[in-house]
Amino acid sequence: MQAAKPASQLTSGQWLLTGLAVTYLGFLFILPALVVFTTAFSDGIPAFITALQSRAFLQATRLTLIVTAIAIPINTLFGLCAAWVIARNQFRGRTLLMSLVDLPFSVSPVVAGLMLVLLYSDRVGWFSPVLTALGVKIIFALPGIVLATLFVTLPFVAREVIPVLEELGSEPEEAARILGATPGQIFRRVILPHIRWGLLYGILLTNARALGEFGAVAVVSGSILGRTATLPIFVEQSYQNYQSVAAFSAAVVLAGLAVLTLIGKAILERYYLHKLPTH
Amino acid sequence: MLNFLPLSSPQARRWSWPWVITLGYLSVMLILPAIALIQKSLSLGFSEFWQIATQPMALSAYNVTFLTALAAAGVNGVMGTVIAWVLVRYDFPGRRIVDALVDLPFALPTAVAGLALATVYSDRGWVGSWFAPLGVKIAYTRLGVFLAMVFISLPFVVRTLQPVLQAMETEVEAAARSLGATPGQVFRRVILPPLMPPILTGVALGFSRAVGEYGSVVLIASSMPFRDLIAPVLVFQRLEQYDYAGATVVGTVLLLGSLAALLVINRLQQWGRYYASR
Repeated sequence: MQAAKPASQLTSGQWLLTGLAVTYLGFLFILPALVVFTTAFSDGIPAFITALQSRAFLQATRLTLIVTAIAIPINTLFGLCAAWVIARNQFRGRTLLMSLVDLPFSVSPVVAGLMLVLLYSDRVGWFSPVLTALGVKIIFALPGIVLATLFVTLPFVAREVIPVLEELGSEPEEAARILGATPGQIFRRVILPHIRWGLLYGILLTNARALGEFGAVAVVSGSILGRTATLPIFVEQSYQNYQSVAAFSAAVVLAGLAVLTLIGKAILERYYLHKLPTH
Repeated sequence: MLNFLPLSSPQARRWSWPWVITLGYLSVMLILPAIALIQKSLSLGFSEFWQIATQPMALSAYNVTFLTALAAAGVNGVMGTVIAWVLVRYDFPGRRIVDALVDLPFALPTAVAGLALATVYSDRGWVGSWFAPLGVKIAYTRLGVFLAMVFISLPFVVRTLQPVLQAMETEVEAAARSLGATPGQVFRRVILPPLMPPILTGVALGFSRAVGEYGSVVLIASSMPFRDLIAPVLVFQRLEQYDYAGATVVGTVLLLGSLAALLVINRLQQWGRYYASR
């Protein structure tokens, strides 16, 4: 079998097709990315730096980092468990379980936020009597934002770890168990070294989505600038309030993180993962 | 829950920690919220549900959401195929960068994408200003919604198609040519048939993503009812007005649409395996 090798001497028709592809991406991706940078710096670098020192921006950054720092470990732990359950066991309902793990990809983030409101709102939620009695606020507060972020980032780690775990096979684990290794030792010494790049890839995607989630967080946060606004919400609110430099400066920070994510992805794909599942 | 019991694993592992964490977390994070939505829908009763679901404003929002998403995913079915083809088959300067760039919608926060597209394609923007003299407005119209949905759904076709193209044997094409097939015939009869399942799978995945999209659309649309108001924005507006019944009904319709797309995707993937197994 001969796998397709890219042709390096292109005919004019092939150049035309390549030009079409690059132009399409240029208008859709490159121009919009450029405009973010030029607008952020349109009033000069001092204005950009001032915008990044505003109280509202710093609080949005802090909130985003807190939410991401909580969401990543929780969904990493869940993703590892779910991947192990799915890759290592044959049972009725396995396909159903896999579809369930993927479900957040098919649910509109706004609908995800709506579901959380119906459960945890202190006005209409199922748990409102309990929450009121305990004096706990979830919707329009940090716990709601964390729950929304957990919901939208739930599938990433599991999805990336399942294929590498399947590739490893269960024999090394069985061998380690027979030789007397504890479950903790098996995980650290046998499983982790093999799945680490897939795991890292899943965490990278979780991180990118957690930093950037907008719809679900907008529903449950109440978007109160300086209190419950994350960075993406800060971008939207500043833009709607005609604070263009503030909006675009924060957008530059987020776009810079996105570029780092893309570079990280490209490196992981090129050197460590031969085959990646598509999304 | 009985369905999730492992059939072949030893008794000792049956309720080990990974099982407890996986099932417990999914129950709290996914099943419980889904039940809350279904229960709220059912509590309305069929006639009230139907009455809210078929209000003119809601019908117009489904129309804008589903048809625009279909158009966006369809355009990407063609352009995504071109991009995947070029990336797999041709070697040109900057190929790796273009390849990495395709993932931009996965990495870039949707609010930033919407902000950037609105700026480039507004009346005074870099590209929007070319169209303004022709009387074509892009940002803050349905065309803007379309553009945001095209942005968000592009990677799905490219990334679904790339591995299939990579695994395709070029000998078959050479054989068809040596037997006297014209380039058009080679494309239609040899190249395209095995590519159709992944292309359509990518289109369905992109459609499903575009239907639910909120962040980028809300920034590039004026969200005027009957013009460019999409269903997710309608859900959001109703929640802001504390109209929980209205939000739930539109949200449920949206969810059913996504689940229908999911079923289509599963079917398409089975069709794709038919080609892969030959």
